Amino acid sequence: MQIVAIAENGTGTVDLDGTRYPVELMLIEDPQIGDYVLIHAGYAIEKLDIAEADARLALFESLAEIYRQETGLPVTLAAPPRQREAV
Amino acid sequence: MNDCVLLGHGGGGRLSHQLIEQEIVARFGQGPLQTLPDAATLELDSRRICFTTDSFVVHPLEFPGGNIGDLAVHGTVNDLAVSGARPRWLSLGLILEEGLPLATLRRVLDSVQRAAEQCEVAVVTGDTKVVRRGQCDGLYINTSGIGEAIPGFALSLSRVGLGDCILVSGPLGDHGAAVLSAREGFQMQNGPLSDSRPVHRLVQSVADLAADIRFMRDPTRGGLATVLNEMTAGQSYGIRIRARDLPFSPGTNALAEMLGLDLLHVASEGCLVLLCAESVAAAILARWQALPEGVDARAIGRVTDQAGRVILETAIGGQRVVDVPSGELLPRIC
Amino acid sequence: MTRYIEGFRKMDAASHFRTTLAEQGRQLAEQGRSIHLMEVCGSHTMAIARFGIRDFLPAAISLVSGPGCPVCVTDPGYIDAAITLAGQGKIIATFGDMLRVPGSRTSLAEARAAGGRVEVCYSPLTAIELARNHPETEVVFLAVGFETTIAPVVAMLDAVIRQAIDNVSLLTAFKRVPPALSALIADPEIQIDGLLCPAHVSAIIGADAYRPYAEQYGVACVVAGFEPLDILYGLQGLTQQLLENRPHVDNQYGRVVKAEGNRQAQRLMEHYLLPADASWRGLGTIPASGLVLRPEFARFDAVHRHGILPTPGRINPRCQCGEVLKGKIRPAQCPLFGVACHPDKPLGPCMVSSEGSCAADFKYARGGA
Repeated sequence: MQIVAIAENGTGTVDLDGTRYPVELMLIEDPQIGDYVLIHAGYAIEKLDIAEADARLALFESLAEIYRQETGLPVTLAAPPRQREAV
Repeated sequence: MNDCVLLGHGGGGRLSHQLIEQEIVARFGQGPLQTLPDAATLELDSRRICFTTDSFVVHPLEFPGGNIGDLAVHGTVNDLAVSGARPRWLSLGLILEEGLPLATLRRVLDSVQRAAEQCEVAVVTGDTKVVRRGQCDGLYINTSGIGEAIPGFALSLSRVGLGDCILVSGPLGDHGAAVLSAREGFQMQNGPLSDSRPVHRLVQSVADLAADIRFMRDPTRGGLATVLNEMTAGQSYGIRIRARDLPFSPGTNALAEMLGLDLLHVASEGCLVLLCAESVAAAILARWQALPEGVDARAIGRVTDQAGRVILETAIGGQRVVDVPSGELLPRIC
Repeated sequence: MTRYIEGFRKMDAASHFRTTLAEQGRQLAEQGRSIHLMEVCGSHTMAIARFGIRDFLPAAISLVSGPGCPVCVTDPGYIDAAITLAGQGKIIATFGDMLRVPGSRTSLAEARAAGGRVEVCYSPLTAIELARNHPETEVVFLAVGFETTIAPVVAMLDAVIRQAIDNVSLLTAFKRVPPALSALIADPEIQIDGLLCPAHVSAIIGADAYRPYAEQYGVACVVAGFEPLDILYGLQGLTQQLLENRPHVDNQYGRVVKAEGNRQAQRLMEHYLLPADASWRGLGTIPASGLVLRPEFARFDAVHRHGILPTPGRINPRCQCGEVLKGKIRPAQCPLFGVACHPDKPLGPCMVSSEGSCAADFKYARGGA
């Protein structure tokens, strides 16, 4: 979730895919608009380090590529827009 | 008239009469209700009818995307539609709590009226009772419905065969998520929106393919998981669905992420699950996708030989059993 | 944002891990070894069940569930105390999972049906809202949980004190993960080769908290996120450490977890709380494994405020939750599993919580898929 607003009392608003809701920010240091945060029970409990997250996604993508090459699979189809995968 | 429901509104006297005339007959009095007979007299075109009843108790009464009024109409219309019937007539039983704001009652009845018009059903009989404050949660509705069977449908799980397809007409879990978010006061913007809407047109649009349609259900309480388990319980076949094919709305997904909800367990109120022969699956999807209530329709899985089991192929390609939920849906701890 | 959720749920990368885990399984088998990895945290247990991750593991790697479901390790006596307070007319505010946990005789759900005011909360902040809306009634918040949940609850208490709200109290049963892990690892009856360390708890306490297990006990440790690719990568990493006989703490969740953890949250917790011995359902009393309110905040402690004396309570003697929590048996090995103990009528806490290993196994993996 990404912080999109911080009110004067310190409460923030976060966004996930256009859905927004309030979150308490007092457990993280120096929250800023634009920060991605991990939320638990209504509180942001830590910031997401975007560089680390991107590096990990790149690693997983490279492993996926290895798998596709080894098995001779074509590049997989991306999910249609606006559709989110279930678990 | 006062601005809230009083016990006297249920007493049978002048107040009762006023309430019925101004709020009920004004909205639904064009047909058999006009003269307030004790029972409606109806003319049938067909010899096979479907008859259903359902009670509606929802908190809050109004939620993003609907209220208890349209929910009551859609719920009963949809029960008739998935039975292969064309909905014709509804009853409307109201139980009102003393103190309910009349403005709320009017909004709900307006929704009943609008939804009934959209579904081409007539409210032909009804009843109103008032109970003391604290004896009901604002307003309960019971609707019974009569529909005429559409020729050609022979819905039965005994006709299901290996390789048959499972289709859904739209995103799953929107209604339950909307009610939960409204009830818990999550203050979400662009949060989940109830899908309270009728599915009768979806059914009527595929009536000519009825011979190859095995079964239909609307996944209300207990969600898709419950419907699929009902379809397979005690049967010689099972069902396998794929997570990547399941449609969900972004706002509903956001709530599920926030609370750790399994959306397979969350109710829809305007979605159709259909089991059909593979030969007609593409045609049905095409018809549905041409209707506004079916734009997100898709095939989600197939009938397998794993007797009685509902299996989900997860997003990462693992597999697990899809079980029915137990008890109430609750936000969990982490 | 979906990028940071969906990106960690991709099938091809998962398939890659299926291949590498199978290869690691062959290597283990060649060495004549089989390994036991413990997922410590209930959210990992849930994700493993939900995404069908057991499917990806070769026979030589077995996964056992640890004690990391806060609801599951709460004593029945705690539920009894909450029910007593509900009987006194207080509003009980609780996370949903607690509702159906059996106390010695009944559950909070039954107390609610009998007329008790029991309100389910998603966030501890709901307690403040309830207190404002019912100024004449005390709101008792059921403060259970591990470090991840303790931090938000303490933040709520901080707000209560700053806003001078006097009708909120906490019934605490806070638990710390590291002392419980130490107790499990030191138990000679329990074989744990590697720990899949929690994601959110580690965000608070930091990855360094696990170093003693690697350095003193030779247990492999990976801090992993809750997304399925994080978990698969974590399991692969644990197995690799063991294949190479090189146990250490590998923080694979660096996008959230720092070595030292969340200092801001830690400071707030230290300000309000003190370590204390705590009783764990099924595990017994573990020294310094709990956190209680400091004496200067005793007026917010429901036990102190109302002079109630929580007891351990009574557990169904046939319930094997303790053995399940220690990872000694799989849920299906309990004679009550799925028969007398069922999600609809749970006898033990592990069947109640959606994170409990019994509930997760019953729900998602009954009889294997």
